[in-house]
This record gives sequence, structure tokens and C-alpha cells, in this order.
Amino acid sequence: MSSVYLYPVWVRLWHLINAILFLILIITGLSLQYSSKEYTLLRFDLAVTLHNISGILLTINYLVIFFGNLFTKNGFYYRMRRRWLMKEIPLQTRYYLFGIFRGEKAPFPINSRRKFNPLQKIAYFSVLYFLMPLIFITGWALIFPNVLFVDKIFGTSSLHFTDLVHIIVGFILSLFMFVHIYLCTIGKPPGSHFKAMLSGWHHSDH
Amino acid sequence: MLKNSIFILLFILAFLLPLIGQEESEIAPITYEKNHECLKCHGQKYFSYFNEYVGRDVKERMNPMYIMDSATFYMSNHRTFMCTDCHSYEYGTSFPHPNQLRFEPSFSCMDCHEGNDEYAEFQFEKINEEFLASVHSEKHSDEFTCWMCHNPHTYHITARTSENLLETIQYDNEICLSCHSDQSKMGLLSDRHIYDMLNQHEWLPNQKLHFNKVRCIECHARISDTLMVAHNIQPKEQAVKLCVECHSQNSILMASLFKHIKQETQEKQGFLNAAILSQGYVIGANRNTYLNIGSLVIFGLVILGIATHAILRYIYPKN
Repeated sequence: MSSVYLYPVWVRLWHLINAILFLILIITGLSLQYSSKEYTLLRFDLAVTLHNISGILLTINYLVIFFGNLFTKNGFYYRMRRRWLMKEIPLQTRYYLFGIFRGEKAPFPINSRRKFNPLQKIAYFSVLYFLMPLIFITGWALIFPNVLFVDKIFGTSSLHFTDLVHIIVGFILSLFMFVHIYLCTIGKPPGSHFKAMLSGWHHSDH
Repeated sequence: MLKNSIFILLFILAFLLPLIGQEESEIAPITYEKNHECLKCHGQKYFSYFNEYVGRDVKERMNPMYIMDSATFYMSNHRTFMCTDCHSYEYGTSFPHPNQLRFEPSFSCMDCHEGNDEYAEFQFEKINEEFLASVHSEKHSDEFTCWMCHNPHTYHITARTSENLLETIQYDNEICLSCHSDQSKMGLLSDRHIYDMLNQHEWLPNQKLHFNKVRCIECHARISDTLMVAHNIQPKEQAVKLCVECHSQNSILMASLFKHIKQETQEKQGFLNAAILSQGYVIGANRNTYLNIGSLVIFGLVILGIATHAILRYIYPKN
């Protein structure tokens, strides 16, 4: 068995804070979207306050990973080569859909130079550099609706359009979180990935 | 021959053209003429008259309370009226106006509008009933009349006529603020000091947005099933403070602010309370049924996929 230190303290802390804020945002976001007089998950004003504070903290936390990836070697793990990806993604997909049930070895095992498999890279890259910024921009615009530059976008109120984008991206990110948590159970044994995220050390048979 | 025909045609056109585009004014010329006699002084900051005692023309400042902007008057609901329809005809025949005319009682709305079939759609009797039950009537003397909010010289209906809801909101809120943010007007009715509106509503998130997008009466008046605009203003303790009253599927805004948007349906392109979307957006009230169903289906499929994958991993542990 080999061990590799993949998750430095700052990454683990960022990840932990991210996870907590994500959960708060999902719960409060659902509460706002489905607010009702008859049944209440959370009081509306409380949900607004919690959602806003968590959103602001998530933005600050995002800066940690953004600049961390820019200035530390952690950013290396997110780099992709298009030509490789076109060959690697089908391999990884096939493994998740079939190989995993046949006891095949993972085509892209974790090591000191590879923290993520190609599908993870694509997913994490999209989340970090596309979806998260989009939800921050729309979220901040909803916190300060008076600074929206235009009244209408595509014939609808800009506030409405902004909120639509916000909830759709929020929904996609929520799905990502569910799939992310499930795929973390794929480690051997199933809890190993969770332990690695706590200790920083990834243990592998490879 | 052709030349003659063209000439005759042009001749006829020369007479007809000035008539094209002319609309018959609803205000009779005599009204303009008679009202001008009043407005030539009361429509100005200064007025002049010949002072027999000093034997010369004297220019004086008009009391600001008695200045009537003619443009504003001729856009008001009562624009077709002559001044002397409501004020004593003696005002029009004597100057200086006799002092005793100041004590003439004013008409009330109900003097003209009550039981008048012409105004049946406005339901003045019901409005009066609501007003009498409101805190405005209960807590104040008879001095509080319709005129306090609806200045007979300037008031014009907006909710039924304006296409711009934001204008209606601003107009209606200014009526409330004309007393509630003006101590001198409030002082006519009450000894208490006006509240600082911003502090009083500090609890309201996005305060400016709320002030611009909804009327005071949305929270401060009891909704009426029949009236277009509720008049039963409630004590401040009974004001709506529960966000979900508006921010929910059964938003009270649909029975108040958006009541007049009849052409809109409750649901359009899947958005609940679609009438709101024509002018703005209310979180919680404008959720989209298609997106709701779509997101539930996608979420269900993802959970199903995860569950299937997990079960297969459990059944085929080949490592």
C-alpha cells in the first residue's frame, strides 16, 4: 500500500467550509423558492439572511481556491489536455458504468501527479470556473438588485432573469454535490476518500 | 379639365385638412374661459390688482396654499369642472373676495358620487364604508375626509388607466407620504410627530426595492374582495409583516397590486402569478411549474441512477 499526501490543510479547510456553506445554501434556497404560508421549512426573512450571509462567505471562500490554484501546485491537478480528454473520458465513463462491477482496475488511479480522473477534472473545472462564478454574479446581483444595470433582459424583468439563472445553476450545483458525495464512496474501502479528505493522506493499493 | 379637377380637389382638401386629427375636447371652452378668471391669479406665484386706497397697481405674492397649477388641474379627475362648480360663485364676481366665503363648507366626495349610477363601477359607497372602518376614520376627527388623500384639484386615478405600474406605485405612495412624512400636513389632524419611515421599516430587506415596487397599502390596508384599491387602512400593529404573505404561491399581491391586470392569466409560460411578471418579479410567488416538474424529474433520475449504481456495486463486488 502506498500513501500520498494530496490534500494540504488549506484545501481541506476550504473544502469543509465549502461543504457546510453549500448545505446551508441548498436548504435556505429551497426554502425561499418554495416559500409558503401553509408550511415553512425556514422563516422567510431568516432564510434570506442566512442565504445572503452564506453566499457572501462562499464567495470569500471561493477566492481561497481560486488564488490557491493560481499560485500553488494544487492548480496543476485541474489542467486538462483536450486530445487526452477525448480518449480518456470514454475510458473513465466505461469504468463507472461497467468496469467497476467487473472488478476492473480504475483506468486513472490516484497518485501524486493525478488527483482527479478525467471526468472529475471536467466536472470540477466546470464547477469551479464556470458555474460557481455564475452563481456568485447572479447571487450578488440579487443581494443588491438596485445595481442591476438594465430593467429588462429578453423581454423579462432583469431581476427575474437573474433569479432564473441563479436557481438553475444552484440546482445543477446541488445535483453535482449529490453525485460528488456518492462517487466518494467508490474508494476502497468505501470510506477511504472521506478519510483522505480529513487526514490529507490518500492510501492506495496501486 | 384635369387641371380644374385638381384645383377643386385641392380646394376641398384645404378646408378638410385642418379638421383632420382634431378631437373634440371633453373640457368645454366656457370652462377654460371661466376658470381662467380664477387661474390668472391662483395659477401664479404673484398677482396684481388696482388698489383704490393707494391709487395704483399693487403686486403681491399669492398664498402658496391657494396656488393651483392649471396643467395639473386639467389632468385631474375633475378637469371638466368650473372652479365655481364647487366654490361659491361669489368668488368669480367679487374681488377682494369677501372674507365670509372662507367659511363656506367644502363638498365631500359622497355629496356628488353617492348613489350616482354614472360612478357605480367605482363603488364609492363601499369605499366610504371601508374608510369609516379604517384607522384613518376611527382615530381622527371629522376633519379627516377623502380630500386628505385625494386632493380634488389634482387627484387622478392611475390604477385603472396607467400602463406603467411603477408610476402608479409612486403616485399612490406619495399620497401616503404627503401626510406621513410631512409634519405640517399631519399636524392638521394629529398632535403626534411623524415617524421616520426608513427607521420604521428597517426590518424590511431590500427596503428601497420594496418601497419602489409595492404600495404602502399592500401591507397596511385590509384587502377588499370587491374594491380595486383597498381603503380600510389598519393600525400599524396589524400591518403585514410576514414575508410569505407576498412571497408565496398564494401571494396577496394578486388580490391587491396586480388585481387590475386582467388581461394576464394566473399562469403564463408556466410561471405562477404571471401578472406580476409583466411589471416585476417576486421571489417565491413566480416559481415556474415546468421548471419545478423538470427539476423534480431530473433530481429523481439522478437519485435513481445513484441508487441503481450503488445496488449493482453491492451485488457485484468483484474486487
